Amino acid sequence: MAKSHRLIVVGGGLAGLMTTIKACEAGMDVDLFSVVPVKRSHSVCAQGGINGAVNTKGEGDSPWEHFDDTVYGGDFLANQPPAHKMCEAAPGIIYLMDRLGVPFSRTPEGLLDFRRFGGTKHHRTAFAGASTGQQLLYALDEQVRAFEVAGKVRKFEGWEFLGMVKDSDGADAKCCGIVATNCVTMEVRAFRAAAVALATGGPGLIYGKSTNSMINTGFAAAVSYMQGAKYANGEFIQVHPTAIPGEDKLRLMSESARGEGGRVWVPRNGKPWYFLEEMYPAYGNLVPRDIATRAIYKVVYDMGLGVNGKPVVYLDLSHIPAETLRKKLGAILEIYEKFMGVDPTKVPMQVFPAVHYSMGGLWVDYDQMTNVPGLFAVGEVDYSIHCANRLGANSLLSCIYAGIVAGPAMAKWTKKLKTYADDLPASLYESAVKAHSQRIDFVKKMDGPENPFELGRELGEWMTRNVTVVRYNKKLEETDTKIQELIERWFRIGVKDRGEWGNQCVHYTRQLYTMLQLARVITIGALKRNESRGAHYKPDSPERDDANFLKTTIAMYEPPRVPGVGFGRPREAGEHAFSYEPVDVSLIKPRARKYDVDKGASAAAVVQPVASK
Amino acid sequence: MQDSKRNERTVELHIRRQEKPGAEPRWEIFQLQWRPNLNVIAVLMDIRANPVTADGKATTPPAWDCACLEEVCGACTMIINGVPRQACTALIDKLEQPLRLEPMSKFPVLRDLMVDRSRMFEHLKTVKAWINMDGTHDIGPGPRYSQSLALERYKLSECMTCGCCLEACPQYGPHSKFIGPQAISQVRLFNSHPSGAMSAATRLEAVMGPGGITDCGDAQNCVKVCPKSIPLTESIGVVSQKTTLHAFKKLLWFGS
Repeated sequence: MAKSHRLIVVGGGLAGLMTTIKACEAGMDVDLFSVVPVKRSHSVCAQGGINGAVNTKGEGDSPWEHFDDTVYGGDFLANQPPAHKMCEAAPGIIYLMDRLGVPFSRTPEGLLDFRRFGGTKHHRTAFAGASTGQQLLYALDEQVRAFEVAGKVRKFEGWEFLGMVKDSDGADAKCCGIVATNCVTMEVRAFRAAAVALATGGPGLIYGKSTNSMINTGFAAAVSYMQGAKYANGEFIQVHPTAIPGEDKLRLMSESARGEGGRVWVPRNGKPWYFLEEMYPAYGNLVPRDIATRAIYKVVYDMGLGVNGKPVVYLDLSHIPAETLRKKLGAILEIYEKFMGVDPTKVPMQVFPAVHYSMGGLWVDYDQMTNVPGLFAVGEVDYSIHCANRLGANSLLSCIYAGIVAGPAMAKWTKKLKTYADDLPASLYESAVKAHSQRIDFVKKMDGPENPFELGRELGEWMTRNVTVVRYNKKLEETDTKIQELIERWFRIGVKDRGEWGNQCVHYTRQLYTMLQLARVITIGALKRNESRGAHYKPDSPERDDANFLKTTIAMYEPPRVPGVGFGRPREAGEHAFSYEPVDVSLIKPRARKYDVDKGASAAAVVQPVASK
Repeated sequence: MQDSKRNERTVELHIRRQEKPGAEPRWEIFQLQWRPNLNVIAVLMDIRANPVTADGKATTPPAWDCACLEEVCGACTMIINGVPRQACTALIDKLEQPLRLEPMSKFPVLRDLMVDRSRMFEHLKTVKAWINMDGTHDIGPGPRYSQSLALERYKLSECMTCGCCLEACPQYGPHSKFIGPQAISQVRLFNSHPSGAMSAATRLEAVMGPGGITDCGDAQNCVKVCPKSIPLTESIGVVSQKTTLHAFKKLLWFGS
């Protein structure tokens, strides 16, 4: 039988599943790894919708307009060609998902319905109830299951990626597989592949409580970074303006609540003050997330106007007929009711900003390949498209789009390979397994006074306080020092569970080490960027500085550890080296970003789409 | 005064522990300080950070599955005070104490509250719960259909494969081949889509054999425990009717 190339996809959310499907269609066989059954991936949490300029509302919307909103919303830090291509592909992606059976909300004519989201003036967001991410994920999960039945896909659910395997120690080493561990049996095994795609989502758990799922540790990205992959724009962390405070997590209250007419207010002088509407008359409650979040911070912390003196504001839907709300926002209103025990159609919801999304991530080229040949990254784990700030309902789109690019690109990559992964020496994989097994054994034997979950909580508190909405260099420096202290203390962790089976304590302790390293990348990146842009805001340098910072931040771990990653104390470990890369702004000339006036009014310098396809 | 009194409030929790498959299960009792807005997950997190039982003995942190904590992923399903449900939406103040946490009984226990529900995904393969697509390339819009059908399909499509319905179903379990209400409801979901309907017969036939729809004992427990209020018994009714019709048609067809 002729030899064939196999691919590995790590992560079974929207991006991973789309990559898998596209790779299968390109003739490849795929091994799909996921820490949870793929149907339980974090994509389920996306509520509001998916953007695409289908233009069925007579508003003159177009992919170019969507593209302009996207790069304007992202404060011009995006490389424009891939963002442009994504917006061009968007209507086709929505049609595809409709064909696959996603129960999108519809118009009286039976066409797709669209709602408004933040940062745009157009009805451009297709939605399925109020759990659009869940519905899109299920549609792709079903198609992957069909490929699984057809023998094209092998699933490894309940397996966690530990690191990539490279085919040499050289600077041009290619990724030729992964080492993974079974979360229950704790078995450590190497898997060969012609190329690997990481689709492992964001690092929300670094912030302790966030809107992210409990699986979003950022571990896979952090390990790959420590093995030599570039990490880009780590400092750009989106804080969603409206989340429901909780003891275990901060639950998202979708932007669609505002898209359907929800108003944000606090009591002032005995009357409701609709501060977003007053501060930003052109966009009102539908300003982009970074703008809304900062306004809420200002009202709550600077002006002391939080509801009942607490850090919360009202998000009010009670003026909209309950029937309309149930139909359009049913699932998210249920969430509020279930967790808070209050009916949001009658009483205003109490919300506060929460860490939500990482615009930064692994650096990728326009084929979604990282700087490590053969290692691809797709979805939230990659840095492309959104840059300084992501627009609502662009994430589901970018995940699917990344998969559409990566699947065929990986298939094409295998054509260039001169060797099959199966022909590489076994010693390569055996030594990788040995290195990772040794690390896990090291963790299992840890016997100090510190509790890993408490350390994680401390990290989260520091990061949330100092590396989110308002950033001061002094605080950032202190935070970096603190993280280094936490790394020192990590070595004094005591693992309370000596079990050889489903040992979540060992898994978390191992993850925490790399989370601490990634926290440093985020913090130092923020410290070095002395300007304000999108989600990154420094009161001491309040303006955007295109002359010095219209650049992508690139972090590299030096020297990278191959094939495993040694645990090292801050002084013994590698250095986080930072550099900057120019941004491709060839399609739309950067202009000032303002939401108190209409977009076009901020500058007349919109380049016409002469070169667009 | 009031505050100090409030701080004395505690939460008592009994957790069924099991080290690994086949190991002998045991109960452990935990007592924690009460706080407002606690759910079962937050309490488990507290125990994880300080794994000490009510009588002061150090123990291992209990293992449990969870992901989204917003009741859309289905991961954290367990039996709480005798009822299968998600731990994230189980609010402490609305539950009777002492709380009893157990793993689901219809699936193999992996450790403590973690179970292996992979069988549920096999059922989805059995009933071919997907649209047979021509490919993912851009070939224009999908079929038009009404908003009322979209709403009906959305309701069915909210199934997060959590397993509550199967836990509650007396016919389902390691003892039987019955695929259960979740998979049968998926037959209805896909057969109601204009493109899915083109391969309706194969899905109906998948539930016509042993372990299929006729194994339903009509206990109607499934619909009572579904966290998403999916009309499971209605789905079973609809699919049952269609299978009968389909069998009849086939009979006529062979007869002619």
